[in-house]
Amino acid sequence: MTAFLRPILVMAWKDILLELRSRDIIVSVLVFGFLVVVVFNFALNLTPQRVTALAPGILWVAFAFAGVLAMNRAFVREQEQGGLEGLLLTPVSRDAIFLGKALVSFVFMLIVEGMLLPVFAALLNFSAWSLTLILTVVLATLGFATVGTLFSAIAVQTRSREILLPVLFFPIILPVLIGAVEASGAAIGAGTGGAGTGRWLPLIAVFDALFLVICPWVFSYVVEE
Amino acid sequence: MASTEDVRTATPSGSGRKAYVTGGLIGVAALLMLADLYLIFLVAPTDAVLGQVQRIFYFHVPMAILSFLSFFIVFVASIGYLIRRSRKLDSLAHAAAEVGVVFVTLALITGVIWARPVWGVWWTWEPRLTTTLILWLIYVAYLMVRSYAPNRARGAVYAAVVGIIGFVDVPIVYYSVQWWRSIHPSAVVGPLAESGSLHPTMQAVLLFSFLTFLALFVYLLVERMALRNTEDAVRELRFRRFDAPNSQD
Repeated sequence: MTAFLRPILVMAWKDILLELRSRDIIVSVLVFGFLVVVVFNFALNLTPQRVTALAPGILWVAFAFAGVLAMNRAFVREQEQGGLEGLLLTPVSRDAIFLGKALVSFVFMLIVEGMLLPVFAALLNFSAWSLTLILTVVLATLGFATVGTLFSAIAVQTRSREILLPVLFFPIILPVLIGAVEASGAAIGAGTGGAGTGRWLPLIAVFDALFLVICPWVFSYVVEE
Repeated sequence: MASTEDVRTATPSGSGRKAYVTGGLIGVAALLMLADLYLIFLVAPTDAVLGQVQRIFYFHVPMAILSFLSFFIVFVASIGYLIRRSRKLDSLAHAAAEVGVVFVTLALITGVIWARPVWGVWWTWEPRLTTTLILWLIYVAYLMVRSYAPNRARGAVYAAVVGIIGFVDVPIVYYSVQWWRSIHPSAVVGPLAESGSLHPTMQAVLLFSFLTFLALFVYLLVERMALRNTEDAVRELRFRRFDAPNSQD
């Protein structure tokens, strides 16, 4: 188990260390996520009566957009200075490289979401202290990070890399987005109260499990030279 | 590496036997299409409730089914390509994706035209419609990845990855949209009874129409693969002529 985990953690620690020294991802994503909510405030004219019903949607649009922004950066650093070749030359499996990268995106997004959630809760007038809500955030972010890391590795090697990631990412993660909006809506009391509320977390979990198996496998083909 | 081999094995097509095959296929497809139009507009009975507009159904249903079939072909050929690295499988996946996008686009357009008089709205977020729209988005992205890749060999691999991930995602999209719809009330108004039974003549015409579009589909697929062959052959000639390194494209 340690032999499997260690390369992943080392791989992730490298990026965390880089982030600790540069702080260019988390801060910019945080500001961006906050801006999305401010823009929505004016776009939708959020009066107190309507805000609770709209809050889950706004929350997840902000998280999804912020996630794309963060994951766009995941491989840019490797691409710019030939870092990917270096990673591929290290004696670890491609799975470890992928899972390390996905773990970093997952952790970064959780940090950003953890800081944004209380702010959103105050602005959109809901309570963030709900186990279901936190579980939803963790599970959905895992799905975002898994699929996003794979597509980031592809997008960074193409022309028009900034646009290709969202174009690939959003259609695929749509089930997670729907599930996250519905589940967190139910958690903060904005839910439509339908029969399906208990289904969403299992659905997101199935999505996560499925893509945690498929993405590392296809990633080894994406980075081969 | 892979691209050098790709280029070497490429042969010019359109010569000899292949030309007869594609010529025969388009002949069959054209004849069937004429007969199909006759059946749709002159033989099939007019729908008692929906009227003439119901006839668009004979175009819409076959194209929708065939686009699903083509994305299944993309999925299988993509897995095969990642494992076997055969240029033929990549060419099949590419052709099926292009034909599939054309068919799904037409299915969406005919669907919208049909929805307006029947349901009273141009669009409704019904599970099948929504899934079809998401399919369209995924396979447009598939074609974008292919054309934005740094070279053809890389483009083939990236596209195969999207072809696999995209297809695996489809059932999850379908179920999530279905559950989501069960929560939100339907916007559908108008006289559509989710009719279980079709008039026997309608059924026969629909089956004939399906076979017609299948012939068209096969023709387009074969022709597109032959075109890929020619493209590869031209590429090889160009590289020979200028002795350029093939890492450029």
